[in-house]
Amino acid sequence: MKIDLTINKQKRTFLVEPNEYLLDVLRRYDYHSVRRGCDNTSCGVCTVLLDGKPVPSCSVLAIRCENRDITTVEGIEKEAEKLAHYFGELGADQCGYCNPSMALTVYALKRENKNAGDEDIKSYLVGNLCRCTGYVAQHEAIKRYLGDES
Amino acid sequence: MKVVNNKTKSIDGLGIMKGRKAYTDDYAEKDSLIVKVLRSPHPFARIVSIDDSVARNLEGIEMVLTHKDFKRIPFTRAGQGYPEPSPHDKFVLDEYVRYIGDEVLAVVGINETVVEKALGLIKVEYEVLEPVLDFENAKDNEILIHPEEEIHEMFDIGFKPKRNIAASYGMEIGDVKKTLESCDYVIKETFYTQAQAHVMLEPHTVNARMDYQNRIIIYSATQTPFHVRRIISQGLEIPLSKIRVIKPRVGGGFGGKQAIHGEMLVAYVTYKTGKSAKMIYTRKEVFESSYSRHPMRLEMTLGADKNGVLKAINCEALSDTGAYGEHALTVFMVTGSKVLPLYNKVEAVRFVGDIVYTNHTPAGAFRGYGAIQGNFALESAVDILCQKMNVNPIDFRKKNMMKEKETSPIFEIMGEGTAGTAMIMESCKLDECVDKGMDLIGWKEKYPRVETKDKIKSVGMAIAMQGSGIPYIDMGSATIKLNDDGFYNLMVGATEIGQGSDTVLTQIAAEELMTEVEKVVIYSSDTDLTPFDVGAYASSTTYVSGNAVLKAAKELKNQMIIEAARILSIDVERVNFDGKEFWDEESDKMISLVDLSNQITYSHEQKQLQVTSSYVGHKSPPPFMAGFVEIEIDKETFEIDILHYVSVVDCGTTINPMLAKGQVDGAIVQGLGMAHFEDVKYAKNGKLITNDLLNYKIPTRLDIKKLTTVFVDSYEESGPFGAKSVGEIGIDTPPAALANAVFNALGVRITSLPITSEKIFREIRR
Repeated sequence: MKIDLTINKQKRTFLVEPNEYLLDVLRRYDYHSVRRGCDNTSCGVCTVLLDGKPVPSCSVLAIRCENRDITTVEGIEKEAEKLAHYFGELGADQCGYCNPSMALTVYALKRENKNAGDEDIKSYLVGNLCRCTGYVAQHEAIKRYLGDES
Repeated sequence: MKVVNNKTKSIDGLGIMKGRKAYTDDYAEKDSLIVKVLRSPHPFARIVSIDDSVARNLEGIEMVLTHKDFKRIPFTRAGQGYPEPSPHDKFVLDEYVRYIGDEVLAVVGINETVVEKALGLIKVEYEVLEPVLDFENAKDNEILIHPEEEIHEMFDIGFKPKRNIAASYGMEIGDVKKTLESCDYVIKETFYTQAQAHVMLEPHTVNARMDYQNRIIIYSATQTPFHVRRIISQGLEIPLSKIRVIKPRVGGGFGGKQAIHGEMLVAYVTYKTGKSAKMIYTRKEVFESSYSRHPMRLEMTLGADKNGVLKAINCEALSDTGAYGEHALTVFMVTGSKVLPLYNKVEAVRFVGDIVYTNHTPAGAFRGYGAIQGNFALESAVDILCQKMNVNPIDFRKKNMMKEKETSPIFEIMGEGTAGTAMIMESCKLDECVDKGMDLIGWKEKYPRVETKDKIKSVGMAIAMQGSGIPYIDMGSATIKLNDDGFYNLMVGATEIGQGSDTVLTQIAAEELMTEVEKVVIYSSDTDLTPFDVGAYASSTTYVSGNAVLKAAKELKNQMIIEAARILSIDVERVNFDGKEFWDEESDKMISLVDLSNQITYSHEQKQLQVTSSYVGHKSPPPFMAGFVEIEIDKETFEIDILHYVSVVDCGTTINPMLAKGQVDGAIVQGLGMAHFEDVKYAKNGKLITNDLLNYKIPTRLDIKKLTTVFVDSYEESGPFGAKSVGEIGIDTPPAALANAVFNALGVRITSLPITSEKIFREIRR
C-alpha cells in the first residue's frame, strides 16, 4: 500500500507492506543512516524522530507514520556536524554504529531541555546503548553540544 | 613528535556521525536473496528427516539447503593463524545439531516475509539425544558430542574428541608440589567465570555478489578478512583467487567477529546461483548462535613464605568451549601466559587443564581472551593470601610483581597454541601504575572501608598485563604510495573495527613522512587491494601493523630522497627533507615535494613511488595496568554502587591519547559488565534465557558514575614510536578489583562471576 509522509522536510510516498516496520522501509529506501541493532527496542540504534520525538523505528509500523513527520540524521546535518566536532574533540568516536541515533536523540533533548544536567542527560539517553566507549567521553561531548548556542 | 601522541581527531568521525553509507549492510545489493537459518530447538539431536516439500515450492523461495547439499569438509570458524590451533570440528551444515541455536538448514528466498513463511512450513524430525550441559562432567562422559570420524586437529593441541576434549594443555616450571610444602602460608580457592556476550551493536552481517569477472565479492563485518577468504575457500572448495573479501566499517567486534558466521552460507548461495545474497543475524542469533566468552573453573593455589615472598602458583583450569572448539586452546593458554608472569619471583608455577565440549552455545574469542578469567582468579587469590598472612595487599604486590628489565620463564614456554618467545620487559612501569592509582582513588584514606549508618564504602584493586600481538606468527603489512600533488595513499590489511586503527596507522605514517594526517589517505582490509594482515585480534594492530606502516613510510621516504638527489644533481647524503621540501644546505638547491611528485608523475623520468613492507613481531611486549575500584554497598540490600574506577596504564607511547583512553574506558565498562551486571542464565534444557538485551543487562550510562583513566610515561623500544598495545588490557582488572572491594567492605569472598547482591546475601547467610 501507499503512504504519504514527510521525511527530512520533504513530502514522499512510500510503498509499504501493512506489517512492515519503519526501519525496514527506511533502509529499503536507502536511508542508510538508520540501522538495526536488536529486534525489540532495547538498543536505541534505529532511533528516528517521529513528529520531533525519538522513537525506535524497529517497532513502529510504517503505516502508522502516514501523514506524519520523520527526521533521520540526514535531516539535521548541521547539528550532526556540531556533535561530531565535540565527539572528535573528546575522543568519543569508536565504532560509530550508534552515532546517527545519538545525534538525533541529543538533538531532541536539546530542543526539550537546554539546561539538562548530568542525570537528565543520562536518563534521556539511557536507551541508547554503547558497548565501545564506556560512555564517559560521549557524556562530556554531549554536554558541550548542549551548551553550544551557535 | 608532531602527529603521534598528540590530539588527533578520528579521521572518519564526521562522516560516520552524518550517517554516510559505511557498514556492511549499506553495501548489500538491492535484490539480494535473503538467507535465513532454521535453528535447533534441541541441545543435541540427530536430524532424521526434513520435509521441505511445501516450503521449497513457495513462490519466491530460491532454495532450501540441508546437510545433504554440502560435501563433508570439516573446518573451524575461528579466524586465526594458519594452520589453526583450533580443531576442524564444524561442517557448513551437519546431520547432528549440538546446541539450541545450532544450524539445521537454510532457506533462501526473495524477501524476509517469504523466507520466514517457508521456515514455518518445514517439518524436521529429530532423534533427540541426551545432552552434556554440565562442563564439569563433560570429560569422559559416555555421551560423545563429536563422534564423527572426519574431524581433526591441524597439529597437536591435545584434541581428544572421544573424551569430549577439544584441546588440553599443561606446563610446570620448578616443582610446585614440593615448593608449596615448603611454604609458610598456602591458600586454595576455586573460581568460576561466566559466558559473557560481546554485544557489539552491529550484528553479524554479510552479503555477496558475483562480479563481471565471475569472481565472488563478499562484504563482511569481520575482524579477519584474509582469514575469512581462506576459510571460505577451504569449506566450499572455491579457489582463493576467485574470492574477494571487503571489510567496510564495522560496528564493534570485541573478538566476536574473529570468526566466520553467516559467510559460508551466503557465499555458497551466491556462488551456486550467481545471484546476490545476504544475511544479518538477529540479536537472538548473535546471543545464541555466534559464540560467547569461554566459561571457566579455575582452582588456584598460592604459597608464600613468612617474609612475604610468593613462592608458588598452581592453577588447574577447566574451560567450556561449548559445541565447537573455536579458539579453545589459545584462549586457555592466554589464561596462563598473560596472567601468571605478573608474579615472576616464584620458584614454581604450574598451569594445566582441559577445554571440553558441551551442548552449549560455542565459546570463542573475546577481548581479554582468557586473561580476564585468569586475572579474576589470580588477583582474588592474592588478596585471599594477603588476608591470611595479614599483610597489605599492595605491599605484597609491589614486592612480588614484574618490574622493568625483568622476565618470566613462562614467556619462553607458553605462546598461543605453540611454544612462546623469551623476552625481557624493556618497558614496565607497573610500580608507578600502582602508586599513581592509589593516589587517584584515595586508597590510604579509604582502604579497606569507611562505614556510615546505612552504607559501607570500600576500595579494591588488581594488576594486569596483556600482550602486543603473537610473535613469529602475526604478520601485518602496509603499502604507501606517493601521488602527484604530494599526498599519499596508505593501504593496510589491518582491520578497523571501531577501535580507531585507521586513524592510528594514518598518524604513524604521517609522523614518519613529516606531514599532516589529511595528506595520508588510508584504505584498509580488502583482500584484493590491500596487503596481507592477520586482522584485528591479540592486541596486535598498533604494534604489529603499526610497525609495518612505519617501515613502509621510512622506505618510501628513502626513495623520495633518492629521487630528490637525482633531480637536484647532488649526493643522497646531502638531501634534507622536512616533509614539504627537499634541499641542499651548501648549494641552496631546492625542490618541493609537490613539484617532485608532479615531475615524476607527468614530465621527467616518470615512475610510481610505492613501497610495501611487512612486520612480524619478535616479541610481544605486554602493556601493564593497575585498576582500582571504589564501591558503596547498602547494608540491608547489599546493592553495589560502583562509584569510581581508576585505571593507570603503561601501554608505551599512546599514538593517539584520546583513542587510547577510549579503548581503556570502554574495556573497563565491559569488564565491569562481566564483573557485576552480565548474568548468563540457562534453562534446564540448555536454552539460553538471557538471549536478548532486555534479559542480558550490559552497563548503561546510568550505571557509570566516574572513570579516571591515565597513562604513565613509558617507551617500548621495539614499538612504533614507543607504542605497545592498548585494546584488551583494560578489560582484565574489574572482576578481581570488585571482588576484592566487596571483601574489604563485608569480609565476604565472592568467587564466581558476576558478583551480585544475591550472591553476597547467600554468602553472608552461610
